[in-house]
Amino acid sequence: MLAAGLGIAAVVCAVLAIRASRLLSAALWLAAVSALVSILLYELGARQVAVIELSVGAGLVTVLFVFAISVAGDDGLREGEALPRWLTVGAVGALLVLLVGMALPLGEVDVNAGGFSIEAMLWDQRALDVLVQIVLIFTGVLCLLGLLAESRLPAQPPTQALTENVERPDALPVEPEPAEPEHEPALEEMPL
Amino acid sequence: MNTIEIVLVAAFALVGVGLYGLLATRNLIKVVIALQIMIKGALLALVMAGRATDQVALGQSLALTVIVADTVVAVIGLAFAVQVKRMRGTLDLHALSELRG
Repeated sequence: MLAAGLGIAAVVCAVLAIRASRLLSAALWLAAVSALVSILLYELGARQVAVIELSVGAGLVTVLFVFAISVAGDDGLREGEALPRWLTVGAVGALLVLLVGMALPLGEVDVNAGGFSIEAMLWDQRALDVLVQIVLIFTGVLCLLGLLAESRLPAQPPTQALTENVERPDALPVEPEPAEPEHEPALEEMPL
Repeated sequence: MNTIEIVLVAAFALVGVGLYGLLATRNLIKVVIALQIMIKGALLALVMAGRATDQVALGQSLALTVIVADTVVAVIGLAFAVQVKRMRGTLDLHALSELRG
């Protein structure tokens, strides 16, 4: 009964996150979905995953959303729908019918069944998954640094900088010349 | 209907709500939020599948991988949204399309 209540609450919070008119409200409703899902996972026996989901999903990702919204601006959602409503509702309905038709009914399931520990599973049998996770984390950090990097010398094109470095390899200790403000490129010309 | 079936229906509902948001919204940050909701449903379904097949540890280890990938997707998506906002001045997905035809 508790699991059903938590599931319904998570779905309601998800609907509110989608229907929220402000981005900050949507991010907070998403954090509520994460917290409810993590409680649900804990109730169902997946305790390690529940703790990680609570700390990462409801904590770190929410902080990232708030940071991104504060930088990008919460400029409201005054736009219309991306697709016609009948098409959206039809696609979601078809997906749900397919999922429920394939997965239910489950038959006899032992809810309190146990297995061996997740540590043994991760380090002994799923070591490749751990490697993939490490690679994913480094990829994410590198992509984040690349995307959020700002150009230090916007007035100097990259080819010119490369030519100067080739001609003067000992030019590293020399202080760079200040950029001329009148030659600043437009926002569209700034490299990522 | 037992507990696992109820939770599985909730997971399917989360996937459906996330898909609706993914298709209906045009705001880039809202798209990332909808994607997160979809992945929460998939996460729940993974753990449920592990429980239903008596392989809880396998389900948990796969769910852990999904959490890491989910976080990386959120980080890259939000950084992309911030850069798009800086360069284009809008988060509207339709304004980003340069293809005409």
